[in-house]
Amino acid sequence: MSLLKVLKNGIVDENPTFRLVLGTCPTLAVTTSAINGIGMGVSTMVVLIGSNMVISMLRKFIPSKVRIPAYVTIIAGFVTIVQMLLKAYVPSIDKALGIFIPLIVVNCIILARAEAFASKNTVVASAIDGLGMGIGFTLALFAIGSVREILGNGSILGLDLFGAAANPAIVMILPPGGFLTFGIIIGLLNRFTSVKITKTSCSSCDGCVGQCNSASKGGTAI
Amino acid sequence: MIQAILTAFLSAVLIENFVLVRFLGICPFLGVSKKINTALGMGVAVIFVMAVSSAATWVLQEFVLKPFKIEYLQTIGFILVIAALVQFVEMVIQKTSKQLYQALGVYLPLITTNCAVLGVCIINIQNGANFINSVLYGTFAGTGFTLAIVLFAGIRERLEFSEIPESLKGFPISLIAASLVSLAFLGFQGLIK
Repeated sequence: MSLLKVLKNGIVDENPTFRLVLGTCPTLAVTTSAINGIGMGVSTMVVLIGSNMVISMLRKFIPSKVRIPAYVTIIAGFVTIVQMLLKAYVPSIDKALGIFIPLIVVNCIILARAEAFASKNTVVASAIDGLGMGIGFTLALFAIGSVREILGNGSILGLDLFGAAANPAIVMILPPGGFLTFGIIIGLLNRFTSVKITKTSCSSCDGCVGQCNSASKGGTAI
Repeated sequence: MIQAILTAFLSAVLIENFVLVRFLGICPFLGVSKKINTALGMGVAVIFVMAVSSAATWVLQEFVLKPFKIEYLQTIGFILVIAALVQFVEMVIQKTSKQLYQALGVYLPLITTNCAVLGVCIINIQNGANFINSVLYGTFAGTGFTLAIVLFAGIRERLEFSEIPESLKGFPISLIAASLVSLAFLGFQGLIK
C-alpha cells in the first residue's frame, strides 16, 4: 500500500468515527462545540502517531502474549505527555475536555490501530496511518461539534451566528443531542455515499479488543 | 449518613447516569446491548470491577503515588492496575466458581478497556473521596451503567422487529434510540437540589 493510500484510508475509507465507529465515548462527550472537537481530535492524533511509531519500532520485540498490556503502557505514556502539554499550553481546552484526556488511553481507535496496523507495518507507514486516522477522527469530531454548536448554541467556533433574537435548541449541546447528531450523520452518510458501515454490531471498544484477541487467534486482522 | 448514601445513589444512577449523561462506557453500551440477558451479565461484571478497581486505585493513589510525589503517573498506574486486577479477578473466579465464571467470564476481559471503569477511578480521585465513598461511588456508578444498558437492550430487542429505513439500520437507529432514552433521563435533573 502506498503511503498516500494509507493516509486516505484513515481519512475516508476507514474513517474511525463514521466507518469503523470506534471511540464513541469522546466523540459524543466532547463535541459540545467545534473547538472542543478539534482539541480532542488533535490530542488523540498526537497520541496515535506516537504510539503507532513506538509500537511499530518494538513490534519484533514485544512477545505476542503480553502485547496488549505492552501497547496499553506505551499508549498511556503518550497520553501522559499530551495531558501535561495541554495543561501547560492550552489550559482552557484541558478544562473543557477534563476527564476525557486521560481516557484517551482506553480510546479503542488507538489500540485497534496498534493491533491492526502498527504491529505489522514499518515505522513510517505506521506514522502515516496514525496521521490519517487522527485527521479522520478530528474531522469527524469537528463536523459533529459544528452541528451541535450551531444548533445548540447558535454559534460556530465561538462566533455568534444568529444574534440575540435567535433561541437555540439547548438540547443539542446536552447529551441527547450528541446521540442524535451522531446517529443522523451516520444515517446520512449511509444514504448518500456508496460505502456502508463495515461493522454494525460489535463496534465497541470492548468488542475491538475482543476482536483483536480473536483475530490474532484466527490469524486475520480487523 | 444513610441520607447521604441515598442521595449519592440517586445522583449516580439517575441524575448523572454514567452512560446517558456523562458519556462514559458508550462502547459496551452500544456493543453488548442486543439482548437483555447479556446486557445484565455485562452490567453485573461492570459493577463488580468498578467497585474493586475504585478500591485498588484509591489505595494506589494514597499510598504510592502521593507519598512518592509521582501523581503524574496516575494514568499509566491506574490503567495497569485495572488491567491486572481484571485479569486476576478472572483467574480467581475461574478457579473458585464455575457458575459465576460462566455467567461473567466472557465479559471480564472486555472490561479493561471500558472507559467507565478508568473514568470512575479518576473521578473519585478528583472529588477527593475517601476509601468508603470511592467504593460506594464505584458500585453506584456501575449500577447506573447496568440500568442504562438493560433498559436499552429492551428497546433494541424491539427495534429488531420494527421497520426502519435502510440507511438507518443498525448503528444509526441505535444512536437515535439512545438519544431518546437520554432525553428521558434528563427529566431526573431536578430530583436533587
